Amino acid sequence: MSLKDKLTALRQQGLADIEQATDLKAVNEIRVHLLGKKGPITEVLRGMRDLEASERPVVGAFANEVRDDLTTAVANRRETLENAALNARLAKEALDVTLPGTPVAKGEPHVIQQIIDQIEDLFLGMGYQVLSGPEVEEDKYNFEMMNLPKDHPARDMQDTFYITKEILMRTQTSPMQARTLEKHDFSQGPLKMISPGVVYRRDTDDPTHSHQFHQVEGLVIDKHVTMADLKGTLQVLAHELFGDKFDVRLRPSYFPFTEPSVEADITCFNCGGKGCSVCKQTGWIEVLGAGMVHPNVLKMAGVDPDVYGGFAFGVGPDRFAMLKYGVDDIRNFYLNDVRFLTQFTKKG
Amino acid sequence: MKISYNWIKNYLDLDVSATDLAEKIERTSVEVDSVVQPSAGLKKIVVGHVLSVKAHPDSDHLHICQVDVGDEEPSQIVCGAPNIAEGQNVIVALPGSRIADNVKIKRSKMRGVESAGMICALQEIGFPEDVVPKAYVDGIYVLPADAQPGAPVFDLLGMNDSLIDLDVTPNRGDMLSLNGTLRDLAAIYDQPVQLDVPEVKAEGPAVADQLTLHVDEALAPQYRMRLVRNLKIAPSPMWLQIRLWNAGMRPINNVVDVTNYVMLKYGQPLHAFDYDKFDGQDVYVRAAQADEKLTTLDENDHDLDPQDIVIADAKAPIALAGVMGGLSTAITDQTTTVAIESAVFDRTHIRKAAQRHNLHTDASQRFERGVNQAGVQDAADAAAQLFTELAGGEVQAGTVVGSNNQPDPAIIKLTLTRVNQVLGTLLSLDQVTHILDTLGFAVETADDEMTVTVPIRRNDIHIPADLLEEIARIYGYDKLPATLPTGRMTQGRLTPAQRLVRATRHSLEGLGLNQAISYALTTEDKAKMFLTHPDSQVTKLAWPMSVDHAVLRMNLVTGLLDDIAYNTARKVKDVALYEQGRVFYREDGQERPAEEEHIAGAVTGTLLPKAWNHPAQPVDFYQLKGIVEAYLQDMAVNGDVTFEANPQMKEMHPGRTADILIHGHKIGFMGQIHPTVAKAFKIGATMVFDLNLQAIIDMPKRANQYDVISRYPAITRDIAMLVDENVTNDQIMAVINRRGGAYLQSTKLFDVYAGDNVPAGKKSLAYTLTYQDKTATLVDDAVNQAFEKVTKRLESDLGAEIR
Ligand SMILES: [Zn+2]
Repeated sequence: MSLKDKLTALRQQGLADIEQATDLKAVNEIRVHLLGKKGPITEVLRGMRDLEASERPVVGAFANEVRDDLTTAVANRRETLENAALNARLAKEALDVTLPGTPVAKGEPHVIQQIIDQIEDLFLGMGYQVLSGPEVEEDKYNFEMMNLPKDHPARDMQDTFYITKEILMRTQTSPMQARTLEKHDFSQGPLKMISPGVVYRRDTDDPTHSHQFHQVEGLVIDKHVTMADLKGTLQVLAHELFGDKFDVRLRPSYFPFTEPSVEADITCFNCGGKGCSVCKQTGWIEVLGAGMVHPNVLKMAGVDPDVYGGFAFGVGPDRFAMLKYGVDDIRNFYLNDVRFLTQFTKKG
Repeated sequence: MKISYNWIKNYLDLDVSATDLAEKIERTSVEVDSVVQPSAGLKKIVVGHVLSVKAHPDSDHLHICQVDVGDEEPSQIVCGAPNIAEGQNVIVALPGSRIADNVKIKRSKMRGVESAGMICALQEIGFPEDVVPKAYVDGIYVLPADAQPGAPVFDLLGMNDSLIDLDVTPNRGDMLSLNGTLRDLAAIYDQPVQLDVPEVKAEGPAVADQLTLHVDEALAPQYRMRLVRNLKIAPSPMWLQIRLWNAGMRPINNVVDVTNYVMLKYGQPLHAFDYDKFDGQDVYVRAAQADEKLTTLDENDHDLDPQDIVIADAKAPIALAGVMGGLSTAITDQTTTVAIESAVFDRTHIRKAAQRHNLHTDASQRFERGVNQAGVQDAADAAAQLFTELAGGEVQAGTVVGSNNQPDPAIIKLTLTRVNQVLGTLLSLDQVTHILDTLGFAVETADDEMTVTVPIRRNDIHIPADLLEEIARIYGYDKLPATLPTGRMTQGRLTPAQRLVRATRHSLEGLGLNQAISYALTTEDKAKMFLTHPDSQVTKLAWPMSVDHAVLRMNLVTGLLDDIAYNTARKVKDVALYEQGRVFYREDGQERPAEEEHIAGAVTGTLLPKAWNHPAQPVDFYQLKGIVEAYLQDMAVNGDVTFEANPQMKEMHPGRTADILIHGHKIGFMGQIHPTVAKAFKIGATMVFDLNLQAIIDMPKRANQYDVISRYPAITRDIAMLVDENVTNDQIMAVINRRGGAYLQSTKLFDVYAGDNVPAGKKSLAYTLTYQDKTATLVDDAVNQAFEKVTKRLESDLGAEIR
């Protein structure tokens, strides 16, 4: 048997053995046996000494080829077996992916805060400042400078928590109109502001009344601000909070600090405007009061009503939240039942 | 005010339904509370003529009646009303009819006797009890003698009408009358309206010889009386009763009803006095005297106030002016001579009197808002005319006038440019003057400028802005364009403080706390708890609505504990809340408290409830401390945050409470509430913190900065030591940090232990110290040296026993 034949036989036998090896240990034994220093290939190469000088390179090259083939086969077989082992292990590690995820501690913003933030962001985008004022207010700012002198009948409309004769819990965020107007330097540009905050009324708490609730005041004063601008601004607000399908309509109303005064209604959520029990068959729901700032309010704050004018509005986030989510009891907002607080989780 | 659709249609030719009319009013004038058609939902209710009445054999109060209901045969109907009588025309609900509250009437047997329907009281067909004439309140109603048996009753009783209930705003007193409403509708529908003009036929001698008025003109700018003699008191005719009950008023007799009717029509409240009950011929309109008393028509006694306006005779007050008449001069069935008062009283006085005596009447409501000061005589005349027509009275000649101060009409100048500039419209001068004209305002124009004379009845119109409202609403708010303000650009952005407050909320929500908004008004006891401003006085409401909300809070914690109590009572055991809001500190001697922004949290139960793969871990001090630390890190306040044990706060666990300091300044506290406090609130163990958010806002902040991450390896050494149990982590950390050498990067506590294998009075702590050189590879020697130095210092300074 020539060396070449021997090598051919070795290769054939070796490849067959490798192919049949079923675990890594067997593969390793085959490798050591075939390719080790005492293995048959080394043996064959040793026999090259007996060959003609001209044959040696040919046989040598063939021997290397055989060794490479076997080495490659060992590596391939090893990878195959390793993959199989890994797959077997991973199969055992399979989980029930339907088991619940591990809870994480997560807190939610209050639903009224969410509405206030949304209103703030909308108006910030339109160039308004956000201002906050005192919750304990002077009669002067809460009423008198809002064109509600001491004997004004409209004072009966809002029952007030007085602390002393001149100091009270603000009944509205409107005093921020007077406070801001007093300070604003119109040479620096128009006044555009909103002022969110807590207000208080002398009411008995029940599903639709709360002695504490929220308001967002809005005020724009410049040389040429129109009632059409008010209407457009309220429309933008309604679209932002409720959606583009919601329409706004204005109705005459009465507030001492605006003239003309309007009440704004939006399309009823429940029926989309067709008329239902929620909207008393009108298709509309009253959501806020607004108007063109009364000249007396401007005058009292030292602003010339012949030059400057504009609009103001007052939004009730509590009412908005009640309407938007169908909350049937305003007290839910202030009793802080965790099961209530954690219902409003949608972000963005 | 409820206004009748049919009544309106007597004057205006409107081609709209009542609901459409109501919507138009709501969108152009005043709010509409409801539109009610009294006959809606009722059917088969007819006139019945009672042919005979027999007692029921098995009942002491039922009657068996034979009633002609327009059929060939009479119907037998059992009736329990005490006032049923033969010959009456009555209201019969036939079998198959539907009466009020959707009740169906069927043929039935009453104590064995067949009854083909039911004889009804007005309440049973939907009339509110308080409008039913007194004579029929406790029984069936008797219809007029000329009613046709079998005819539906609805027209007879004025029920085929729509009653539009107007919610009149305080400025629109003119809308509290038919005439005022008609004038507004005339403008809305651009249609002329012809209002009635009263005509009086005076027969008797001059009133001036029979009455003398003495009027305080400041209290009653206008005051006049007419006198009508030889009246016969009787029930009013049906048409008048219908007008009244459809307006929500009870018919009483022809005299009282006429005064109410004139008020509904003209808006001018009138009062009818029984002239013969006056003490003398002199009538005074004056302020009440302190000790005077008056019994009003409703038979209530009132102690009068010097701020009350009274009508008085020579002896005593006989009416609370503008609010309610007195009982002593009230109209009775025997009255024959009536003095009709038509007046204007000072609005503020009337409003206060109505409040003071808790008497909010139809009259006071109108005087408060202001009546038509140009219509005082018309109203008196209209009443006198009706007294003649309906009660056979003889009107005495003339009117006595005690005061007659009519205001001048307002004259307002307004330019068209201004109109369009404020409304954002492109109206023409013709459009604007036409609108004003339909409202009955006189307009003179010169170029662009209008000079508008406002009728006296519109006492709400004084300045150009008032006219703008009239123009806008009659033109229609729907037709206004919708635009956004133009003009100079402004920057809209939050202030740093506002951004920090938002960041505060987001941080705490990320750390697992839900935002709560609690009541800022609380009890005095709660206001004073957890006080971090020891000198602050409570601020009390002058007239609180309830004891639970009577004082301004001086801490946020008690509000959160109230919230936890609410949850606990509802079996919600795990509660994690934070609140951002104001507390109110008042210095002694100050009226007004200062408002300080605070941020507080409260956690009870567990932050992470038990799940299938991990147990519940009840919240503890260190968990809440971790939250506070993470929050303060987020706020990047420049300065070390330290926690110092505070055993002094009486509402807090003495061993589990820490003051929180930044750079040595106390900004709040945290820890576990005292078990007795928890018990008082009926809640479990609760961890709380309260921080002065304003202080955090005001403190300087660190900016974020980049620090190169070393490419050289770090070396760590662990150290475990035994120390006395009162040695604190802060003390050990201070020694390590001060003596750790230049390469000490961080020190981390990884074990605290006391108990078995640790001697009594000692505890074991273990730390990992990490060393790193940012510019080179550290050699062991350098670390060993540094570590040895720290070890020695711990032994010498703190008596630590290194293990
Ligand atoms: Zn609806």
